[in-house]
Amino acid sequence: MTTTALPAGTALTSPLLAVDGLTVRFRLRDAVVHAVTDLSLTLRPGELLAVVGESGCGKSVLAHALLGLLPGNATVTGRARLHAPGRREADLIGAGERHLARHVRGRGVGLVPQSPATALTPVRTGRRLLEETLRAHGHTRRDAPAAAVRIAADVGFDPADLDRYPHEMSGGMAQRLATALALAPDPPVLLADEPTTGLDRPLVDHTLDLLRRRCDTGAAVLLITHDLAAARRVADTVAVMYASRIVEHRPAEALFDDPAHPYTAGLLDALPDRAFVPVPGHPPRLTDLPGGCAFAPRCARATDACGTLPRLAADGTGRVACHHPLREEAPA
Amino acid sequence: MTATVPGAADAVAPGAAPAGGLAAHQVCVAYGGQRVLDRVDLHVAPGETVGLRGPSGSGKSTLARVLALLHAPDSGHVTIDGEPLGGVRHRLPAQLRTRVAILFQSPRAATDPRLSLADVIAEPLRATGTPREQAAARTAELADLVGLTPDLLTRRPHAVSDGQLQRACLARALVHRPDYLLCDEATAMLDASTQAHVAAVVTDYQRRQGAGVLVITHDPALMKRWATRVVDLPAA
Ligand SMILES: Nc1ncnc2c1ncn2[C@@H]1O[C@H](COP(=O)(O)OP(=O)(O)OP(=O)(O)O)[C@@H](O)[C@H]1O
Ligand code: SF4
Ligand SMILES: [Mg+2]
Repeated sequence: MTTTALPAGTALTSPLLAVDGLTVRFRLRDAVVHAVTDLSLTLRPGELLAVVGESGCGKSVLAHALLGLLPGNATVTGRARLHAPGRREADLIGAGERHLARHVRGRGVGLVPQSPATALTPVRTGRRLLEETLRAHGHTRRDAPAAAVRIAADVGFDPADLDRYPHEMSGGMAQRLATALALAPDPPVLLADEPTTGLDRPLVDHTLDLLRRRCDTGAAVLLITHDLAAARRVADTVAVMYASRIVEHRPAEALFDDPAHPYTAGLLDALPDRAFVPVPGHPPRLTDLPGGCAFAPRCARATDACGTLPRLAADGTGRVACHHPLREEAPA
Repeated sequence: MTATVPGAADAVAPGAAPAGGLAAHQVCVAYGGQRVLDRVDLHVAPGETVGLRGPSGSGKSTLARVLALLHAPDSGHVTIDGEPLGGVRHRLPAQLRTRVAILFQSPRAATDPRLSLADVIAEPLRATGTPREQAAARTAELADLVGLTPDLLTRRPHAVSDGQLQRACLARALVHRPDYLLCDEATAMLDASTQAHVAAVVTDYQRRQGAGVLVITHDPALMKRWATRVVDLPAA
């Protein structure tokens, strides 16, 4: 993984990926789903950003939107500029399928899909999938086999199991193969959607360390995870999504030790090693979001003020969208 | 939901051993010559939540599938309330088949992409000939229990998130009020709040129904909170 390394000086200035006002809507027969709303974030070289939030809040759609992988009933607006080293800056939103397929997917932005068992082509063995991917990204017929074995080993997939078909793999094995396939083209930006699902502790740690090391060589990782302990361990920054929007975004330590958004606090309380109590109530329908704060019906701190939409505003260490945040800090 | 152990049990196994439970006896399974389970015994009693733990590839999922009668072991057998169960699931009489339900890690792989979520939940009822109105009422009741809003029920799997689909799979698993529920990493892909909610729904069901539950999870904190007893499956 050397091609993504950057000279140290550039690290702080230019983001690899800058998402600005990203909005995704899905048209259904009689409704519109607000899947991602006015979402802005940047990913800098070396940054590991974790995106967390309740099931159905829009995390995977965010990843798929960046890669042009959404179904036909989706409308995507906003911008997402990819500035990979040595390449021309490109806007991923509205880019043609041809451009995405040839220059972005895999090569510029890698994806570890959620539910890899269903995403993997069932008629090819792990070895063939991996070798084909490597050859599509510059490896020769001669060196692809050795590279496949090396990458498999990197992700903790026993190379002796490479000749299995996806349906002969356990969930955890399919997961590791999907990670290997995403890493094979060595993309500067990796979107990893629940990459540790179904792995046991040692393999979770192994995968997280692998992602962390990628960042330490200058690549960037957007880690979508339900595993808050994992996010805490490896992420530099954490973005919390609720009902299609980012509601809090700050350095990992500050977020876990001292959350500002009542929803973030509720999510942390649901952990089995904390209170193990779900956030009361249910997530709102994304087809019918209230005009004000979408968390208000579940929020103990809600007041009349919450009937207007809280802006995602900077505070001391990050950004929060709440009229009555749990921590009071001087605005930045 | 009735709070008693269903009478169907008596109809099926009149002379069943008093020591009720779902059990694997000396179960062996090999895949292509590679042994995954070697003479494994496991017992899940009504009312308890057994946690099954073991390294990746140790055969936890395989054992759950054997207990759900989705995979016939190479040797050994499964009993419910002492009654041996031969053969595979779809050949068994419905009253027996519906006593054990399983919930998998990946809801995408476990659902028919052509069905609406309402039909995903109701399908097992259709299969046993439940009248349409009754099936609809039961579906609505379960959807509410697992926290699915009505707007989601008309959508197909591709139009909902994995967590929403998993809630539908949980509703489906409970639709026949099983006496045993097997959860194979069923919350592994869920956020903390949904996970806590699913665990609460299962535990509440288990208490009211007196059901036996098997929980497979890699998460030690979750295991500690959820299981009443933990069994280790050694590496194959
Ligand atoms: N149909 C199959 N053909 C061949 N091998 C299989 C098949 N199904 C499962 N296996 C293998 O059997 C072993 C046990 O599988 P199982 O899914 O039961 O493991 P597990 O303990 O749940 O693993 P994990 O935690 O990684 O999901 C694994 O090595 C797996 O690859
Ligand atoms: S804006 Fe109001 S309702 Fe929303 S999270 Fe903050 S306090 Fe709660
Ligand atoms: Mg498994």
